[in-house]
Formats: sequence, structure tokens, C-alpha cells
Amino acid sequence: MSTEIREREALFSSKNIKLLKNPLSLSNPITVQVLGICSALAVTAKLEPAIVMAISVTLVTAVSNVVISFLRNGIPPRIRIIVQLVVVATLVIVVDQILKAFVYDVSKQLSVFVGLIITNCIIMGRLEAFAMANKPWPSFLDGIGNGLGYGLILIIIAFFRELLGSGSIYGFHLIPESFYELGYKNNGLMILPPMALIVVGVIIWVQRYYTRDLIEKN
Amino acid sequence: MKALRKLLDKQKPHFEKGGRFEKFHSAFDSVETLLFVPDKVTFSGSHIRDSIDMKRTMIVVFISLIPALLFGMWNIGNQHFLSLGQVPELWTAFFYGFLKMLPIIIVSYVVGLGIEIIFAQIKGHEVNEGFFVSGLLIPMIVPPETPLWQVAIAVAFAVVFAKEVFGGTGMNIVNPALTARAFLFFAYPADMSGDKVWIADKLDAYSGATPLGNALVGNFDQIPSTYDMFMGFIPGSNGETSVLMILIGAAILLATGIGNWRIMLSVVVGGIVMGLLFNWWGANEYMELPFYNHLIMGGFAFGAVFMATDPVTATQTKNGMYIYGFLIGAIAILIRVFNPAYPEGVMLSILLMNVFAPLIDHYVIESNIKKRLKRIKVLVSN
Repeated sequence: MSTEIREREALFSSKNIKLLKNPLSLSNPITVQVLGICSALAVTAKLEPAIVMAISVTLVTAVSNVVISFLRNGIPPRIRIIVQLVVVATLVIVVDQILKAFVYDVSKQLSVFVGLIITNCIIMGRLEAFAMANKPWPSFLDGIGNGLGYGLILIIIAFFRELLGSGSIYGFHLIPESFYELGYKNNGLMILPPMALIVVGVIIWVQRYYTRDLIEKN
Repeated sequence: MKALRKLLDKQKPHFEKGGRFEKFHSAFDSVETLLFVPDKVTFSGSHIRDSIDMKRTMIVVFISLIPALLFGMWNIGNQHFLSLGQVPELWTAFFYGFLKMLPIIIVSYVVGLGIEIIFAQIKGHEVNEGFFVSGLLIPMIVPPETPLWQVAIAVAFAVVFAKEVFGGTGMNIVNPALTARAFLFFAYPADMSGDKVWIADKLDAYSGATPLGNALVGNFDQIPSTYDMFMGFIPGSNGETSVLMILIGAAILLATGIGNWRIMLSVVVGGIVMGLLFNWWGANEYMELPFYNHLIMGGFAFGAVFMATDPVTATQTKNGMYIYGFLIGAIAILIRVFNPAYPEGVMLSILLMNVFAPLIDHYVIESNIKKRLKRIKVLVSN
């Protein structure tokens, strides 16, 4: 038994802040680790579903990280994936029901992609890589950080796709009618998933231009 | 000529390192090498420098495009006046089409070269000639009424995402000109397909459908005669209607050895085989369309001669070229007949095979290695 007295770490020590901040840029789940791409392509045609998706994933990642972190010493290693899946699936069903109850339209737009949060690589990745080896509080921050990092990219993609593809932001028409009268047209390719991939590519490009450390050495 | 050389020599120091316009070095270089053969010599070892560099290659392709380009200009005017119920004079029609097409060409070159120069400047290399041909190809494969801002966006997209991100001329995976066309097709379908866009300023009552458009909706009696389609007296994209003019271009490419006959031939063979297969199947009226009509409708000839043969995006091995070309021809006809959303399949099939070209090359080389290893084994065991 380890009964040594350790100094309590401050809740927002610099180490913990890093857990929260790193996933937003240096170890972003989408642009650096290239995880969770499928949902990033599927739900980003409009801003509203993207935001809802971002919040849902953030909550599920954070809460499942905490739960797994509490259970981490009791989970037999051979069945840990199953245990993690049960926890994630439970949370996703709760999120799904809440969405259906309060934002039914968005829930319909997101369709299967809420259910597919279960298989989102980011969540499983964080559970395996972080929550299984860390205390609940850092795990919580890690979950929030990664969820926000994912959500940030989702919202950037959705912003450009909705603006250029539908001429609106969050459902409000932003591009004035006079533009359309002059011959401007919405870009149909922006609505299609391939363009989301290209937007992700551009974000990665811009990010690497400013943070040279991320560029792989050949 | 002498005066021009003198002028360039006078300006040159300004553009070299330390000069006033060092920043515009790549722009100056591109103009200079366009006008004169570069006087660069090799210093170490013995090398043979052939004057047929990329610039000369591109100029030959450019020349081979000119017959189709000029005919396309005339055809734009011809179709326009025919739709109004008039029979135009040769020069009236040509001039009308010239004025329609010139802005598209200018926009294509200004935007494309602008982006190329910016990238060349940032990366510190010279402006490559790659866009010289792409910039002319793009205006030739869009409808005459394409809005200029759409051309500009498509060219920018193609140059940045199909070419520069992969490292510029010679490094691209897919054909930039076709990427621009595909971008337009998916982004602005209303301006790129249907029966309204192929004739400039036509009367509403006049049907402007292309042969492929008619075939898709089942109006087989409205498909023009084989002669008209071969000569190119049909509505269509700017430079692709006349198979005759494209064949002249192909002859120039083949005579100079710039174009690859293996690819051209196998694309045509692929189209014929698929066409015959459908003729034999004959499940619907489209399948019964005579196979030779497929070769002269839409962009098949243009794609086979100018797009599929792009040396950068095509396969490099000889056997690979046969496979690559055959699949382009076959898939193009397959898309035309089977997919109700896309009247034309040549663009999509070439882009698809561009992506597969390295894979084909890989397996051709692998099989060659295996064959040779076997030969060695036989020799060793004896």
C-alpha cells in the first residue's frame, strides 16, 4: 500500500492546463493525429449540427474519461475494450435521447452520426492512451481538451462550408441578395463531403505553416 | 530579335540576386526563356543538352491545340447564329466566338500564372511552363457561357490543390485542367450541364442539348448525323466538338513524338470494346447506339488526345499505358450509358485512372521483376 503523503497538485497547475490546451493546437485530434475524420466530413455541411456534434463529443469524451479513470484499477486488462465500449455506449445513448428530446431537428440531421460517436476513434484513443493511466481530474481535463480540439476544427470546417456552400451562417443568410442578382452562385461542391476533406487539408496546411515543429522530418 | 535580346540583357541585372527587382526574378525568367533558348551550360561531366526542354514540348502541345481552338471559336458563333435562325458568314461567326472565348482564356492565364508566380516566388524556384498548356485547355473544355468568376475560382482551385500542393509542375497526381473542369461541374452544375449552357445567347425555344444530353434523356432521333458530329457542327464545350480538328492535333503530337500513341490507341480501343459490348447486350436504346458514335460524341476524342496523354499523370511503363488507356476508354463509355446523373464520363474516367496510374505502374514493374527472377533461376539451376 502506498501511504506516502504527497503534495496535492493544484487543480489548474501548468501541467493540467497543458492537458486542456495542447489538443487545441499541438496535438489536435483531427489535424495532427488525423482521428475522427469521418464525422468531420459528415456533419459539417451546416454550422448548427457541427456545434451540436462538437458539444456531444466533448461531453462524452470528458465523462467517459472520468468514469474509466475511476474504474481503471478494477478493469481486467483483457476485457478493457469491452468495458470502455459499454461506458461510451451508455453515454452516447443518453446524449442521443437528450438530443431527440430537446433539439429534434438537429438530431434528425445528425442521424446515425450521434450513434457513431461510440466508434469515434478520438474517444477510444483517449480512454486507452490517457484515462487508463491517469487520475480522474486530469482525465476529465484531457477529455474536455480533446473534445474541444475536435469541435474547434469541426466548427471551422462547418463555417466555411456553410458560408460558401449555402451562403449562410447558422441558418442566417449572410450573402446579400444583390450578389445573387449579379450572378453569384453558391458552391455546390462545398456541400459535398470531398470538399470537407480539402478544407481539413487547408487547415492542416495553415497550421503547419505557423507551427513548424509539426512538419515531419524526412 | 536582336533588339529584344538587347532589351532583355539590359534588364537582366535588375532581376538577379541583389538587383532592384529580385523579387520578380521568376517572372522575368519565364519571359526570357519563353523567347530565347536558355544559354545554360553543364559544367561537370559530359552531358548532352537537347533543346527540346519542357518549354518546347509545351509549345508543340499548344500548337496542336490551335486547330481545335480556332474551330471552336467559329463553332460558338455558328451555333449562336443558327439558334437565332440565321446562317452566319464565316468571319462573323468566328469573330463572335473569338469575343466569347477570349475573356475566358485571359482569365484562365492571368489567374493561373499569377498563382504559379506567387508559389514560385515563395518556394524560390522558376515558374514552370506546365500552366502554359493547362491555361489553354481549361477554356477549351468549358461551355461558352461559363461566368468568368467561376473560371477564375476553378483555375485557382486546380492550380493550388491539383498542382502546387504536390510540388508544382511534374509532381501532380491528377490533371489540373480536368480538375478545374470537375470543380466547375460539381460546384456549379447549373452552369455546366443541361441543355441551356452550350450555345451562347440562344433563343429559349431552340433546343441546345448536346448529343450526349439527348442520348441521356432518350431523344435518340435528335442526335445529329455522324458526319456533323465528326466535323463538330454541334453544340458542346468550346474546343471539343470537332473530331477532325482534334485528329489534326493528334497528328502533330504523334509526328513530333510528344504525344504517346499507345495511350491514344488504347483509349480508343477501350471505347470501341465497351461500345461493342453494349451493342451486343442491347438492353436499352442507349446501349444500341452504334459504338463509333461514342467515339465522336462529347469529349471522348479530346480527352483521348490531349488529356489522357498528359505525361505527368499517365502511366510511365509501356504495358501500363495499354492498361491505363483501355480502362479510360471503357470506363468513360460505362459512365455515359449507366449513370443517369453524368451525361459525360470522359472527365471522370481520366481523373480516376490518373489516381490509379502509379498503382498500374507498380504492378507492371513488379511482374517484370518476377519474370526476370524466374529467368535467372532457370539459368542458375541449369
